[in-house]
Amino acid sequence: MTIKTEQMVLNMGPQHPSTHGVLRLELEIEGELVKKVTPHLGYLHRCFEKHAEAMQYNQVVPYTDRLDYLAAIGNNFGYALAVEKLLGIEVPERVEYIRVIMAELQRIASHLVAIGSNGADIGALTPFLYLFRDREYILNIIEETCGARMLYNYIWIGGLSHDIHPDFIRKTKEFCNYFKPTIVELDNLLSYNKIFIERTANIGVLPVDTAINFGASGPTLRGSGIKFDLRKDDPYSIYDRFNFEIPTGKGLMGTIGDCWDRYYVRIREMEQSLKIIEQAIDNIPNGDVQSAIPKRIKPPKGTVYKRIENPRGELGYFIISDGTVNPFRVKVRAPSFVNLEVLGELCKGYLVADVIAILGSIDIVLGEVDR
Amino acid sequence: MYEYFYELTGNTILSTLIVAIFPLLNVLIVALIGVYLERKVSARIQDRIGPNRTGPFGLFQTIADFVKMLQKEDATAKDIDSKLYNIAPVLVFTGSFAVYAAIPFSSKLIGSEVEVGLFYVIAISSLVVGGILMAGWASNNKYSLLGAMRSAAQIISYEIPTAIIVLSIVMITGTLSLDKISNMQTAYFWNWNILGGAEFGLTKFLLIPFMIVGFIIIFISTLAEVNRTPFDIPEAESELVAGYFTEYCGMKWAMFMLSEYGNMFAVSAIVSILFFGGYHSPIGYLGNSLGIEWLIPFEQAFWFLAKGWTFILIQIWLRWTLPRLRVDQLMSLCWKYLIPYAFVNLIVIGIILLL
Repeated sequence: MTIKTEQMVLNMGPQHPSTHGVLRLELEIEGELVKKVTPHLGYLHRCFEKHAEAMQYNQVVPYTDRLDYLAAIGNNFGYALAVEKLLGIEVPERVEYIRVIMAELQRIASHLVAIGSNGADIGALTPFLYLFRDREYILNIIEETCGARMLYNYIWIGGLSHDIHPDFIRKTKEFCNYFKPTIVELDNLLSYNKIFIERTANIGVLPVDTAINFGASGPTLRGSGIKFDLRKDDPYSIYDRFNFEIPTGKGLMGTIGDCWDRYYVRIREMEQSLKIIEQAIDNIPNGDVQSAIPKRIKPPKGTVYKRIENPRGELGYFIISDGTVNPFRVKVRAPSFVNLEVLGELCKGYLVADVIAILGSIDIVLGEVDR
Repeated sequence: MYEYFYELTGNTILSTLIVAIFPLLNVLIVALIGVYLERKVSARIQDRIGPNRTGPFGLFQTIADFVKMLQKEDATAKDIDSKLYNIAPVLVFTGSFAVYAAIPFSSKLIGSEVEVGLFYVIAISSLVVGGILMAGWASNNKYSLLGAMRSAAQIISYEIPTAIIVLSIVMITGTLSLDKISNMQTAYFWNWNILGGAEFGLTKFLLIPFMIVGFIIIFISTLAEVNRTPFDIPEAESELVAGYFTEYCGMKWAMFMLSEYGNMFAVSAIVSILFFGGYHSPIGYLGNSLGIEWLIPFEQAFWFLAKGWTFILIQIWLRWTLPRLRVDQLMSLCWKYLIPYAFVNLIVIGIILLL
């Protein structure tokens, strides 16, 4: 006797606790085994690129905040660099230093959310809150300087919206001292937890060639063991002055490129960010952070592509200027969007519970995926 | 207890009802305090404050939630199997509540002194599986169905190591009656089963390591049976939203919660009866030393509740510390590790008893 069986289609999202926003995953499952994953996007589409065409160059900056809303400074940074390249502006040293420090603080904050929510998806809710406590520290530092906690509108074309707060340097140093032991605490609580390793090691293995073919970047690519970081490989701003390493996945707990590797790369990256902050924080030169801000932004005709290393990977801005005050076209190469494509490859043959762990380890932000 | 009220009222139904009220009150209190404690303890663990607005220290938060739950509209989805859907929460609650009938809260407060108490408890608590499967199927929701399947597989699997460890206790004590097992561990804590039982001799010392292993195994498997982290896979919120009770709301949902906390206390009670002397005081009775006899049952109830709550606290502590296992890892933990170890444990205890 044969029993008729069929694959069940499970709609995960857009309302689901762990799709990190409004992502919809269409899972074809046999029992608990996942046969196919199709991500459906567009629930958070806000026409950023079209909006930008109607804005003047400086008016686009607040909109960039809303792309990757967990790493808003990085988005500002990339856009500002792209337009500055188009205009041929040199920004003061002080601005460069503050930008780098802010971007690295933001990278730590962003990775904290990524790691925390990855853990929370697997069921470890306590580390999630510990990490949010640490993130709060960073948000408070940035808030003191620019008044916002999430969508900063801080890095402007040619400068910054505000000079740093007088307490900024002291508090950042305090944070560095505070944060080092918490990484150890996190390692003990989550990274080396037997259950967490069981859930993430050897799960969602991303081979090197697949990662490259899909154009993955950031920790997703580095987790597969490739040393590719735009801060080193295509240095922008003043990153070439600092001494830091690029952590890559080594397959410590399982295979190279598994969920645990991607997770662990983020932790090691936070340490490297601290290293950069510590090198930069004492060398901030004096100066005016707004001296280079152009009064009227009207770049010459031409195109520019500028890419930076955002916490989630390579964030690129492609801008076409037609010589007017409005950009003709602003195209964003969003790392979350590109990394998300890999999901279908990664989830095949794993269980439903693993899809959550894999999705968490890729760390997408829907604001950036849909733009 | 029952006999006492029977003599007082002369009516079987009335006296049964009166006796049944005590465990019901206990379940309600356990749920009320349990939810509050869960929130407060998890808040402490997670560096938060927890509920602090409703009443002093947020003590009335659970009551406020309960009132909210009562007021809620009993919304149901369109394509549910409404008969099963409505029976399921009642069945789940019945399963977890009926366990209390055989649990001795103190020497004077036992619902029914059944000779096969342990057997009854294991049998009746399996009723929960039926309710969970019903809820998952009747909801006509894929998450519920997955949760129910996981839950059924999990509860049935983990009953085996539990039963094997219970068997080893039965071998030592020679009785299935929960009251008698408690009474065998009377007087002081060194008479507890986890320290080899009351009989002093070589056997006692040989038993100690195996009893500790047995306790660990039964504690892990009871955790899995009541679906607590790291085994909360049936209701894994980040995967299956809420598992088998995703579609429920209002009081029906509250009944699932009630039975969860009822179960938590029930398994804690069973573990403390089997290994930690049940309602007996670890340090002797004040009533004995003062010569006030009526004080003793109250002291016993106090110790019983104290032991139960200690285990609930440990369950809460584990829940907010550990991540969740995956469904296949959960099964392999049970079949590859717990059951073989429990079985070896049983055999070794048998050999020791033969010595």
